[in-house]
Amino acid sequence: MALSLTLISLIASACLAFVYQITKGPIEASVMNKKISAIKTVIPEFNNNPDAEMFRLPTGEGDSLDIYPAKKDGNLLGFVVNTYSPSGFSGNISLMAGFKTDGTIINIAVLEQKETPGLGTKMTGPEFKDQFNDKNPAEFVLKVKKDGGQVDAITAATISSRAFCDALQRAYKTLFTGKEWNDSAVPPVPGNTSQAEPIKDNN
Amino acid sequence: MNQLQNFTKGFFKENPILVLVLGTCPTLATTSSALNGMGMGIATTFVLIGSNVVISLLSKVIPDKVRIPAFIVIIASFVTIVDLFMQAYVPSLYEKLGIFIPLIVVNCIVLGRAEAFASKNSVLSSLIDGAGMGLGFTMALGILGAFREIVGSGAVFGYKFIKGDGILVFILAPGAFIALGYLIALINKLKRT
Amino acid sequence: MEYILIIISAILINNVVLAQFLGVCPFLGVSNKVSTAVGMAGAVTFVLVLATTVTYLIQTYVLDKLGIAFMQTITFILVIAFLVQMVEIILKKISQPLYQALGIFLPLITTNCAVLGVAILVIKKNYNLLEGVVFGASTAIGFGLALIILAGIREQLELVDVPKGMKGVPLSLIIAGILALAFMGFTGIVK
Repeated sequence: MALSLTLISLIASACLAFVYQITKGPIEASVMNKKISAIKTVIPEFNNNPDAEMFRLPTGEGDSLDIYPAKKDGNLLGFVVNTYSPSGFSGNISLMAGFKTDGTIINIAVLEQKETPGLGTKMTGPEFKDQFNDKNPAEFVLKVKKDGGQVDAITAATISSRAFCDALQRAYKTLFTGKEWNDSAVPPVPGNTSQAEPIKDNN
Repeated sequence: MNQLQNFTKGFFKENPILVLVLGTCPTLATTSSALNGMGMGIATTFVLIGSNVVISLLSKVIPDKVRIPAFIVIIASFVTIVDLFMQAYVPSLYEKLGIFIPLIVVNCIVLGRAEAFASKNSVLSSLIDGAGMGLGFTMALGILGAFREIVGSGAVFGYKFIKGDGILVFILAPGAFIALGYLIALINKLKRT
Repeated sequence: MEYILIIISAILINNVVLAQFLGVCPFLGVSNKVSTAVGMAGAVTFVLVLATTVTYLIQTYVLDKLGIAFMQTITFILVIAFLVQMVEIILKKISQPLYQALGIFLPLITTNCAVLGVAILVIKKNYNLLEGVVFGASTAIGFGLALIILAGIREQLELVDVPKGMKGVPLSLIIAGILALAFMGFTGIVK
């Protein structure tokens, strides 16, 4: 009796291990694809391998953000930051935000969000997120108008809009506070992780 | 009962959601659009067919006393296979369905069919039963998802044909309960006439 | 503070049944009387807290260590089924009154997706053990709250004349929908 149960469990585990082996590659590839295609939407002109040159900067809140330098023929075009906000309407939102070296936002792609369909999900649409393009957070206040900022919130989804601004602000602060990037500056060495903790995944 | 009836019973007479009211959790959670609902339905169908076939093959070998744990192991294996394959090949759908993919394992329909049908019938009948039940489940999820998507956002399968925002509450949690409630009430009404 | 946030969010804002759709089957099945609803809520609380603790330990010390996280679903469901059996046997031995109160609900709990759902969510949310247990307990309280409210309303509706097709499940679902609407009002509490 116990023997047959053990046998079934063993066979099942063996099958699963096999399936795990054959799907492992595709799963990793699909995660990678998503990242690369987000970077492509944000800064399309690069021709380096941003993933290989990825480095981390601490946010000052006990975790760090992944930063992908985008280069064309060795010239630094800007950075794509994988940033997040814990204060979405239904949990974490995760963005890929592209910045020029002077801090101007190039474009934004939403990687992950669980906001209310039809309300908060509008953050993925151009009507909302394109208002940030070509704005520099140094003068463009990253807060919704209700809170005294310059961002047009999504109608009936102020919390989602705030979270979006929060994520962008975090990216900007991490990348540009007390730091100067310019085209001639030597981009940070890959692997320079500044002893930061890996990002806590709060989904 | 011939095989055709065996197949079609899952759609109408014994539809797992609309008539037997089993597996309500994924039904409510994944039907915010027609596509998500049907994706969930197809994942469940695969598990149902797989577990039904294996269980009917092994029903003679498995001692009666450890029947339920053995069924659970078999079902959980198929669920994990679906989980891994979806993660690899349809990552966007996988993300939307999220936790409800591993939860197929506790979907009463799957264990229910294993116990009530597959352990007592031939492999072929079990296969047909699993396919019928699974597709009936998919159909019900598709109908509910399409209804909620049309009323809630004026779109179906992501194709928007009504301008404006729709009645948002139908996409949110309360709308799921209310829509399913009226759908079952409608079926009850049709059944009696 | 973080714990208070977890508790309020699990009970009211992201109520397990009304917002996350976990455990809907028993929610509809055992909500015709307040007394049975209380019994079910008690049994779920007990198993949920226990299962969250055990599955957390297994995930951290066995599955992650061996690098076989893909065995999560199969391991967790077996652990839960085993725990439910054990609880049933132990209760029968040590406390007859408690067994009589909770016993009949125990077999139903293995297939209650709230239990497996919470076990998986705790891992997904990267909670530590204490946070996980607090989350499990508050989820169970949220489940009990929703279940008992629905049972109370259904008891009142026994005497009301409703259209035949609406009787039973459809009516419960629509009441649950209205409850879910009411619970949405709690959303603003946090932040």
